[in-house]
Amino acid sequence: MRITCPLCGARDHREFTYKGAALPVPALDSGVAEWDAHVHLRENPAGPHEELWQHAMGCGAWLKVRRNTVSHEILAVELAQDAGLVIKEDRS
Amino acid sequence: MAETEMQLAAKSPCAGLLPLTIGDVTLTEDTPAAMTLIAPYKGQEKPLSDALNAAHGMGFPAPNRATGNAEARAIWFGRAQALLVGPVADPKLAAHAALTDLSDGWAVVRLEGAHAEEVMARLVPIDLRPQVFKRGHTARTELQHMMASITRIGPKALQIMVFRSFADTLVHDLKRAMEAVAARG
Repeated sequence: MRITCPLCGARDHREFTYKGAALPVPALDSGVAEWDAHVHLRENPAGPHEELWQHAMGCGAWLKVRRNTVSHEILAVELAQDAGLVIKEDRS
Repeated sequence: MAETEMQLAAKSPCAGLLPLTIGDVTLTEDTPAAMTLIAPYKGQEKPLSDALNAAHGMGFPAPNRATGNAEARAIWFGRAQALLVGPVADPKLAAHAALTDLSDGWAVVRLEGAHAEEVMARLVPIDLRPQVFKRGHTARTELQHMMASITRIGPKALQIMVFRSFADTLVHDLKRAMEAVAARG
């Protein structure tokens, strides 16, 4: 399995660390049920899955990867910073 | 009571381990005067690159590239960071980037010889042949189980950096690979 890091190019999967499902973070004032679902409830698809990987032995970037869990085919990779997963901090 | 006189002497990361020549490949240690990690603040990449150019004569390197020369080199060191190797970083850079002194933190070695890439091919999962990994190219990758920075610094020469605490392991692994390549003739 090889993952094409947007910064480093195609690299062997030994350089990467799996960091879990790539989920949008709920708003900070969401209720208990929504946070419970975010923390504990996961889809377990046989097919394409959005997940986070870190290029830990390379450039250190966190990546959002779309991977087929059946074939391990990597369908899409982008920097996690561009993936819109983080809640906007309210600094007002 | 007798007075004890203490003397502290600086010791390089690979002291007592290098230099080493096996076959036509040599491994030597480089001890740059200073190494500084430069992490640009958000939106400050352009002014930082200009300030770096004014102070040290090289721009901020693009991913997988190194700028400058043997005396003063800026090596891309991962996402949104570069390592200035050689001169002490100009304090003016601190207006645009976080500066961290790593001078004593990394072991720096130079692997040189006609078969240097064949030695590295036994240790890293990327292609370092000169037609692919050219002058000015650099990479963050894995060397055995160590996170390494590898930079081409000559037609037959590579600079390899790992954490200082891995210096012994780095030399051990390189030595074994050099012996294996030399044994094949």
